[in-house]
Amino acid sequence: MTQGAEVLSGGYEWVPALGISLKVGLDGISILLVALTNVLIPLIILSSFRNNYSNPSAFYGLILLMQFGLIGVFSALDGFLFYVFWELALIPIWFICLIWGGEERIRITLKFFIYTLTGSLMMLLGLIFVYLQTPVPHSFSIDALYQVALTAEMQGYIFWCFFLAFAIKIPVFPFHTWQPDTYTDAPAQGSMLLSGIMLKMGIYGIIRWMLPILPEGIAAWGNVVMILCAISIVYASIIALYQNDFKRLIAYSSIAHVGLITAGVFSLNMQGLQGSMVQMLAHGVNVVGLFFIGDIIQRRMKTRQMDNLGGLAHNSPVFSILFIIVLLGSVALPLTNGFVGEFLLLMGVYSYSSWLAAICGLTVILGAVYMFRAYQKVMLGEVHEKSVEFTGLAKSEKVVLIIIAALIIVCGVYPKPILSIAQPALEEIVLNLQGIN
Amino acid sequence: MKALIIISILGVIAMMAEVLRFKKLLIPIIVLGLGVALATVIMDWNTDIRYFNDMAYFNNYALAFTGGVIFITLLWLLLGQEYFHDSHTKGEHAALILFCLTGAIAMISFSDLTFFFIGLEILSISLYVLAASNKSDLRSNESGLKYFLMGAFATGFLLFGIALIYGSTATFNLIGIQEALAKGANSPLMVKTGVLLILVGLLFKVSAAPFHFWAPDVYEGAPTLVTMFMATVVKTAAFAAFYRLFSTCFISLADTWVPVVAVLSAITMLLGNIMAVFQSSFKRMLAYSSIAHAGYMMMAIAAMNEVSAGSIFFYAIAYSVGSLGAFSCLHAMSKKGDESISGLNGLGKRQPKVAIFLSLIMFSLAGIPPVAGFFAKYYLFYGALMGGYTWLVLIAVLSSLIGVYYYFRVIFALFKSEPVSDEPLPMLFTKTLYFAHFDGYYFLGNWIVACLVTKLNFIEIILLIFITFVS
Repeated sequence: MTQGAEVLSGGYEWVPALGISLKVGLDGISILLVALTNVLIPLIILSSFRNNYSNPSAFYGLILLMQFGLIGVFSALDGFLFYVFWELALIPIWFICLIWGGEERIRITLKFFIYTLTGSLMMLLGLIFVYLQTPVPHSFSIDALYQVALTAEMQGYIFWCFFLAFAIKIPVFPFHTWQPDTYTDAPAQGSMLLSGIMLKMGIYGIIRWMLPILPEGIAAWGNVVMILCAISIVYASIIALYQNDFKRLIAYSSIAHVGLITAGVFSLNMQGLQGSMVQMLAHGVNVVGLFFIGDIIQRRMKTRQMDNLGGLAHNSPVFSILFIIVLLGSVALPLTNGFVGEFLLLMGVYSYSSWLAAICGLTVILGAVYMFRAYQKVMLGEVHEKSVEFTGLAKSEKVVLIIIAALIIVCGVYPKPILSIAQPALEEIVLNLQGIN
Repeated sequence: MKALIIISILGVIAMMAEVLRFKKLLIPIIVLGLGVALATVIMDWNTDIRYFNDMAYFNNYALAFTGGVIFITLLWLLLGQEYFHDSHTKGEHAALILFCLTGAIAMISFSDLTFFFIGLEILSISLYVLAASNKSDLRSNESGLKYFLMGAFATGFLLFGIALIYGSTATFNLIGIQEALAKGANSPLMVKTGVLLILVGLLFKVSAAPFHFWAPDVYEGAPTLVTMFMATVVKTAAFAAFYRLFSTCFISLADTWVPVVAVLSAITMLLGNIMAVFQSSFKRMLAYSSIAHAGYMMMAIAAMNEVSAGSIFFYAIAYSVGSLGAFSCLHAMSKKGDESISGLNGLGKRQPKVAIFLSLIMFSLAGIPPVAGFFAKYYLFYGALMGGYTWLVLIAVLSSLIGVYYYFRVIFALFKSEPVSDEPLPMLFTKTLYFAHFDGYYFLGNWIVACLVTKLNFIEIILLIFITFVS
């Protein structure tokens, strides 16, 4: 990262003998993600007030620890520090899923942990490998890592080391199998943390650590990743069409959305990267909103199966209006935040390959189908016998949903600040890539 | 050297305690003595002295390991006081432990193969007796006998190896051997056989595959507190000796033994981890995990570069401190006669503090950041990658993942399962267990490595450890 794009930075020595430092800094990309973290975590905490979790001090403590880890990931300017924060963010969410999760949490959390740890350790190998190529004395600082000259073949190997970690976290097909179970089984706040913020770690990792260090590796393997992303999008959208469990539907829709974001990043042009930044924020806000809506319904109706729901709109008009705003954001209707992001992303992918853009475009169409189908089943239609008991929103729930709805509309109408904040840092990455390819 | 002398004298004093009737004062005397020994180690830091016609050589490497094992023994004493509760055997047990420690320090600081062998035998013979020290328990007797028979075999191999080396170089001195071998030995086959036989003896001591079969049985049968001592102090000393021997005198024959060590390292870690997965006994699981950790440490010996010494030291200390914590929980459990993992069920509800520390320890043994075990593994991986052992690191990564599975089973049991009984674990000195949160102080861990790598002040390390302990 050069001085031009950097806004804030500072650091201390940590293990000077091995070139490890506690160096953190923020540029346009990091600022947006740190802002996303710090906007969403209060909302997530606020959203949990009606859940009455046992042992609340541990629960909120873990959420705050998670926030620490996430901010660390988004601001670390030292490869080793990045890795430490990357793992640190995993431990609290693992405990949240383990202690407050659903029926099958032991099997599911173990799968989740081993999956992500596999990726992380491969990334650690890649990092050490790059580190050993820095001039003596070796250094993990981002400037040193950026200047490493690697042969194309080596970049190919390291590309897969890094990509495995990021693809599991995002998740991209075929590394996604932990995700639907974990999202479904985690407590609502856990799913919000996982999908709203944590998966952005993967996309951020690609932008920050892969694009600048491994340009040739990306040139060699980028098209494979694009195809994987396209498969993710179509595959997850089709599965989402057939879901009856509301939370599982959101989980699969999330795979489709992040598949498009990853495709945007790997299209390696300004529109794609800008779109990915906007869409990361938009997806974070929307998915938190959707999971919260799922949680509100589940808490009142004791079920998430959409067949057992129906006609909730009769009882709570405010809820149905807020739901539809979040839903429109998620299906990318113009003037919502989702539209700006997906438009830019598709533009980016289009200039990479029009065929892929056509396939990726399916996410918008299929997304609209499954989301509206869900809305119809849950909110409209015949009033299910149980739905009569559905009570209106409590104050804290209203506050959360109104803030989310406002964010969706404001970012959709006026996305310029987001675009201009990320602009310089992204431009530099694109220039660097074009310079090499 | 002073530490070695002080500890042997302490051992003699412990034997006298029986006759001169000051058994009540024995433990305080030992703790004080070990404290003084630790202080002399600190004072000797940065000296570089050879003793007794170059029999023992105390440089910073030997001093660091000496300080390490004394420190672990001190912790062990605090956690394992119950071992000395029976007043009939108090003096003997204490003397054996101290002689064991003497042997360990001799093994760490040797500069001559005879001295090495004497150290190894002092350590081993005390250990055979200690393993069988629970006289009324059949399993303990079996364990002692098994260890003795197997150990005697291994010693035979080792001695034969030393004899062959002596036969071709005409010296026992490490430097002498190194010079003779560098010049080219007169009978290469004899030398190579000698090196491999010594390797067999050492691999037995560190319980590496395929010489690991004794470890689970002996660990399981021996009294838990003795197992704790074996898995920590003895293993640390054995690795210190392993590294010193192979990094100095056999370095010119690296082509002969490095591939063997690398392959066995891979087999050991895979085998230890895979076998640990299938254990339902907590003690046996820790025994297999200790085999796996030996495999990781062998990576550093195979890589044999400038970070090896530091990474072995850090790994040994991080692993030992973690093991002390895990074994002391196990000890508390075994007092109730339950050594299975399910005996930990629901501890998170009954004793949340103990459960949190035990899970920290499990994180550390599994190598999850940001606890000490991760940094220890990191340095090993780093060293091995630097040495060009990418395949070995890949296997190590794979086996760490297997490791996560069984370490996490313990955490699941702690936090998820329903309690088997409402009784709290009879933890002795819960405070000392908290010390295991030294594991959590990863900064501290990095200090140690930073100090070792940059050869900084040893006093600072000890001070930091001390501060952590008091807090």
